[in-house]
Amino acid sequence: MATLKELSKFEERFVGGHRLCAGCGHGISVRMVLNAAEDYNVVVGCATGCLEVASTIYPYTAWNCSFIHSAFENAGATISGVEAAYKSLKRQGKIDKDFKFVAFGGDGGTYDIGFQSLSGAMERGHNMVYVCLDNEAYMNTGIQRSSATPMGADTTTSPAGKVIPGKQQPRKDLTAIMAAHNIPYAAQTSISNWQDVHKKAKKAFDVEGPAFLNILSPCPRGWRYNTPDIVELTKIAVETRFWPLYEVENGKWKLNYKPKKYVPIEEFLKPQGRFRHLFAPGNEHVIKAIQEEIDNRWLALLSRCGEPQELPAK
Amino acid sequence: MTPFNRNFGQGKRTKAVRPDMNWEEITKAGNVYEPGNANTYETGDWRTIRPVWNKDRCIHCLICWRYCPDASIIATDGKFDSFDYKHCKGCGICANVCPVHAIDMFSEDEMDRQKEAKRNEE
Amino acid sequence: MKNKVAITGNEAVAQAMKQINPDVVAAYPITPQTEVVQIFSSFVSNGQVDTEFVTVESEHSAMSATIGASAAGARAMTATSSQGLALMFEMVYIASSLRLPIVFPVVNRALSGPINIHCDHSDAMGIKDAGVIQLFCENAQEAYDNMIQAVRIAEHPDVLLPVSVNLDGFITSHALDVLEVLDDETVKNFVGTYQPEEYLLDAENPVTMGTLDLYDFYFEHKRQQVAAMEAAKKVIEEVGREYEAISGRKYGLIDAYKLDDADMAVVVLNSAAGSAKGVVDELREKGLKVGVLKPRVFRPFPFEAIQDALKGVKAVAVLDRAETFSTLGGPMFADVRTALYDLKNDIKVVNYVYGLGGRDLRLEDVEKVYDDLANIIKTGRADKFVNYLGLRE
Repeated sequence: MATLKELSKFEERFVGGHRLCAGCGHGISVRMVLNAAEDYNVVVGCATGCLEVASTIYPYTAWNCSFIHSAFENAGATISGVEAAYKSLKRQGKIDKDFKFVAFGGDGGTYDIGFQSLSGAMERGHNMVYVCLDNEAYMNTGIQRSSATPMGADTTTSPAGKVIPGKQQPRKDLTAIMAAHNIPYAAQTSISNWQDVHKKAKKAFDVEGPAFLNILSPCPRGWRYNTPDIVELTKIAVETRFWPLYEVENGKWKLNYKPKKYVPIEEFLKPQGRFRHLFAPGNEHVIKAIQEEIDNRWLALLSRCGEPQELPAK
Repeated sequence: MTPFNRNFGQGKRTKAVRPDMNWEEITKAGNVYEPGNANTYETGDWRTIRPVWNKDRCIHCLICWRYCPDASIIATDGKFDSFDYKHCKGCGICANVCPVHAIDMFSEDEMDRQKEAKRNEE
Repeated sequence: MKNKVAITGNEAVAQAMKQINPDVVAAYPITPQTEVVQIFSSFVSNGQVDTEFVTVESEHSAMSATIGASAAGARAMTATSSQGLALMFEMVYIASSLRLPIVFPVVNRALSGPINIHCDHSDAMGIKDAGVIQLFCENAQEAYDNMIQAVRIAEHPDVLLPVSVNLDGFITSHALDVLEVLDDETVKNFVGTYQPEEYLLDAENPVTMGTLDLYDFYFEHKRQQVAAMEAAKKVIEEVGREYEAISGRKYGLIDAYKLDDADMAVVVLNSAAGSAKGVVDELREKGLKVGVLKPRVFRPFPFEAIQDALKGVKAVAVLDRAETFSTLGGPMFADVRTALYDLKNDIKVVNYVYGLGGRDLRLEDVEKVYDDLANIIKTGRADKFVNYLGLRE
């Protein structure tokens, strides 16, 4: 594992001057992922979303590499086209340089509207990395719920009201769905652990064939937490098992981190304004449901990873 | 003449395209041919709090570099060099992740007031 | 060397694609285009082309992947019909605005609903304002010829726009036709090698494509697309002349049939022009001064050529194989009428919507149109602008 001293010497691929909000998780995630591409030539594709609109306001680009955005729901397909062109041109001897291909999409562009295009690209086996920057709602249009939005979250289309306390459904487990495509590499990671992100991004770039990374990438505005606390918050997400760190390499599931003790989900919910209403009297059942869902999914994950099925000690 | 537009600044920040250019002069299809030219766009004025480096405490672990969303911590030869205040938006993440508290956050307004007071004294 | 072959329109298109040998094809099957994809796949699997064939999961992804490939510097193609084109609609606009020289055959088929697999032009007319060049083909020969010329038109530095090549579903796509194909070497030399000015895989010169273009530049970029469309007219004619030199077949913006001394003209796209020409031959024998104008290019709209060809006629019938539901008839009617408006010759222009959902255009239908035109000239009055041909009323 390279040290930060070494990693800081690679060229910066995502430069300052982009218009992402102060403290946006995407800026951190993108820099970490592209840093793992080291000296390779990279073509980045992007789904429409915060990252794309904030990084390429004409005539500026924050991308210090080739970049293409075409629409919201097709980052997977667009980058497959780029990769197909690379294969074809390379085979014909029309180009000689080596390239890596990466597509970034938010959870809207990945879990929802871009799901079909992503699934197709993975099934076809393009040599590309798809990175989902999961901030758990449609943030670019102003915080609407997506299928990645956790149960109970207050968004502008799942508002916490007098009758309905936020989003009613638990999140879609996209990482597992991508693993079910039997691609060489699928992993879930969190920026709280930069080594984990780096290791996984590097693996994703190195494998032959499609790779998928799901990164928990908080949105200060949508989650309503204290902006500087992004690392603590994503760390609690891992400790509460809300966002487990795991990878699936050639069909083999591996848990990358097992919390020592049982940290209740309240620890993750409390610092965030989007869950504030859950702590009002009468909404205890929602927190209970969230916790049950997390515990059930954790046990299922342990089973997939061949770990003993037990919850951490309380 | 196109009216002043904040998205664009004064049109002096990029060599290639200026806001008063007509359709025949600007780049085709909105393509940008200068990779990373966003660094000529300054976001430093978004900042309300400013990170200040404490050289004596710094252990050059570069955790701050790793976590800056704006690539505004300049590392040279694997060591903390300086803050890029032209782009730093003052999110405060660097100060929070620093294991040795070598970065302090100060209010920009307060710093301005102090500077002003100092100038008045002189 | 030229070869006479008996093949269908779809086979002709696939044959042209094989000879063009594109770097990337991304396509999804849809009736009546499916054969194009199938036949081309066999060229790929038999190693007869250098193409990377991307078997996408939808037409939206077909155009998206083609955009990615073209932006990356590949000569890229897709192919579709009807609902497929409707699904890729969003991406057709983006292909044009990114100024990517993508060539894609559209095997024309009616749009749902109700679902119908047969020919009309409602699919093509849906993208008439998307900023793509639209070539129309009367038969398999023209489909073959237009495919080859489309590459040169699309990639011309003054143009750099997607080109769609339209042929009638089943009528042209599935009917066996005798046509002349060029030899591989001639086509290879004619289309040349694609050398993009900027492309994603240029390691020395990274480029950002598909930026967020706000009110300060978006308008200017749209104006650039208009200029490219305008330039395309000249380029299409130039490429047509070059193609004539290798094929002996003439291609311009329009095909004017017996219009020099005509009083009455029918304007019609694609295969129906063949029927209209047959009727004209018969009526000419009876001494009637009739002709046909078949636009080969619908976008950019060749209004100067149309004005020039129709300036001497007294009455014109525009036959549209699509409805607009505007209550002002078909899409081509509005454009042709506008083109003739400034001539101040008091040319009467009427519209006939025909053939929706694959309804046959019978020769007697065309005869009736000329009859009506004769009547309009006689009375000096056109009572009904919009008429339906072959409809049970």
